[in-house]
Amino acid sequence: MSAISRPAHYGFAEHWLPRLVLAPSFLLVLVFLYGFIAWNGALSFTASRLLPNYEWVGLAQYEALFASERWWVAVHNLFIFGVLFIGGAMVVGIVLAILLDQKVRAEGTLRTIYLYPLALSFIVTGTAWGWMLNPGLGLEKLMHDWGYAGFSFDWLVNPDRSIYTIVIAGIWQSSGFVMALFLAGLRGIDDSIIKAAQIDGAGLPRIYWRIVLPAMRPVFFSTLMILTHIAIKSFDLVMALTGGGPGFSSDLPATFMYQMAFTRGQMGLGAASAMMMLLTVSAIVVPYLYSELRRSRHV
Amino acid sequence: MQAVRMSMGAAVLAMAFAANAAEVEVLHWWTSGGEAKAAGELKKMLEAKGYKWKDFAVAGGAGENAMTALKARVVSGNPPAAAQIKGPAIQEWGAEGVLASIDDVAKKDGWDKVLPPAVSSVMKYKGQYVAAPVNVHRVNWLWVNPLLLKKANVKAPTTWEEFFKVADALKKAGIQPVAYGGQPWQDATVFETVALGVGGADFYKKAFVQLDQPTLKGPTMVKVLETYKRIKPYTDKASAGREWNLVTSMVINGTAAMQFMGDWAKGEFLAAGKVPGKDFLCVAAPGTASAYTFNIDSFVMFKLPNKNAVKGQKNLAETLMSPQFQELFNLNKGSIPARMGMDMSKFDECGKKSAEDFKADAAKGTLLPSFAHGMAMSSATQGAMYDVISQFWNDDAASAQKTAEKLATAAKVR
Repeated sequence: MSAISRPAHYGFAEHWLPRLVLAPSFLLVLVFLYGFIAWNGALSFTASRLLPNYEWVGLAQYEALFASERWWVAVHNLFIFGVLFIGGAMVVGIVLAILLDQKVRAEGTLRTIYLYPLALSFIVTGTAWGWMLNPGLGLEKLMHDWGYAGFSFDWLVNPDRSIYTIVIAGIWQSSGFVMALFLAGLRGIDDSIIKAAQIDGAGLPRIYWRIVLPAMRPVFFSTLMILTHIAIKSFDLVMALTGGGPGFSSDLPATFMYQMAFTRGQMGLGAASAMMMLLTVSAIVVPYLYSELRRSRHV
Repeated sequence: MQAVRMSMGAAVLAMAFAANAAEVEVLHWWTSGGEAKAAGELKKMLEAKGYKWKDFAVAGGAGENAMTALKARVVSGNPPAAAQIKGPAIQEWGAEGVLASIDDVAKKDGWDKVLPPAVSSVMKYKGQYVAAPVNVHRVNWLWVNPLLLKKANVKAPTTWEEFFKVADALKKAGIQPVAYGGQPWQDATVFETVALGVGGADFYKKAFVQLDQPTLKGPTMVKVLETYKRIKPYTDKASAGREWNLVTSMVINGTAAMQFMGDWAKGEFLAAGKVPGKDFLCVAAPGTASAYTFNIDSFVMFKLPNKNAVKGQKNLAETLMSPQFQELFNLNKGSIPARMGMDMSKFDECGKKSAEDFKADAAKGTLLPSFAHGMAMSSATQGAMYDVISQFWNDDAASAQKTAEKLATAAKVR
């Protein structure tokens, strides 16, 4: 009798246990992620000022957002920052990974050195680069002290250039991380393919370009995903490096949102800008997830 | 929703206060040296009256973090007894329906008699006192290093014409004339001082208090903007994003001769062991000697359901306005008492001068709220103004005429 009931009992546990275990975290995610996204969405249609209220104003906050000069500066900066930061970190990271992959001596040490910036927070990175790029303290003063009086590097305090200093610090921070991902990918490639190519007489650049890099498509895409969302939510780096300035010339949507919602008492406008950021991220992530999930089903 | 929130809050608070009946929780951001000492004095005074002080200090100079924490507490229906809020933000909070009236205390102690109307009107919501002022900062000061002026053989300027002459002479002598901090609030601080100096008190009132469109767009504003921009060549390149206290230390160390800043800068001079009148001078900014832009810290009282807690809150209000506290606190903070008619003998030269001018300007009606410090307009309007001013300062090609129009547009942001 027990022999019969035991499998049945086991089946019940097998059926319910995973659901039971997952339920709390599922519930938490549902409430604290999707619930709050929905709440934020609702707030963006209200006249909320200092505190949330529920006076419905339709699309007025979005109209105000699109009429705001500062918002368009932030969007423009995000575009510059996104393209250069993602591209730069990718290129530098891949090149570092390929160079390190040549079985060099003391690879472990070098790898640690390159990866180390990732161990620092963006706040530290921003503060340190803020000092280095400050014309009164850092690079420019150093060169002047060394006798190169004509040297000028004032991007940090130049409203037309300030966004590029954020790109520099961002690349410095993240390229080691890209390197680590790609190095792991490179190590996963079967040596025999490369050997076969070498026997066929292909040079090393050609091997990397035609065989190795195409094989790393998944690594490439996951890195792109991570860097993209870092770029869009980038907040701490800007706050520490330029504070969004000079003026608001290096504002990004994330810093814009914070300013409006929390320091200027325009919560509705802040919520609307947050929704725009969410839509930007989903415009990139959703097609990617869709294609990836479809691929795995077919393969 | 409001009703649900309040009643939920009431339940939570009733539980919280049942245990220790007479507790006064105060949110503030006085965490730096002299400020923390001042807060400590307040704590002692309240404890002497038998109340338990509960500190709710949130670090961060301009109080942004504190405001975020406060919003969370109020939304969850569990506000502190009092919080450090100032200017028109008091009206904004009042409109949310969460503030408590302390009119009975004010009537009993005759606040209307000791506070000038320009100050007391800020402390009232719908005619009732909801806040107690603790100090007055004067914003339109020029801080001067007299040794450097002597080197260039010039005197502290009193008009804008003189100012640029002095600046030229300093530059010629190889001294950087102006120490400047390029953060939006500092841009606005200097800008409003220039506006007051160039346009006068009536212009200031029309432009930044009444937000009068023709005045904001008009020729005087264009002249103000041009004068403001003329200061830029006398500052250094590295000024973008510099903190105000670093700017002050440039004047202290003699790397630059002058700084436009409110009288909290005095604390930095004093902390460096400098003597007012000898090592540094405090003079009214060019052209503003007969007016006074003020920045007042105040404590706003929140609605509390518990009777004992309300008693503690009223006692707090009483203590905040008492002459003893106002003297002790302001000696530590570098500002002057908000109460008029106090004995100023313990204060230094700058403090005495500030108090005299405050009284004179209160009588003349030239006490003006500083818009750069959140005393004149809503935070949204102020922010929009900041944007325009900072952009104008940083963009060398910007036109004063167009910027004046942008200021007028910014004033429409409510």
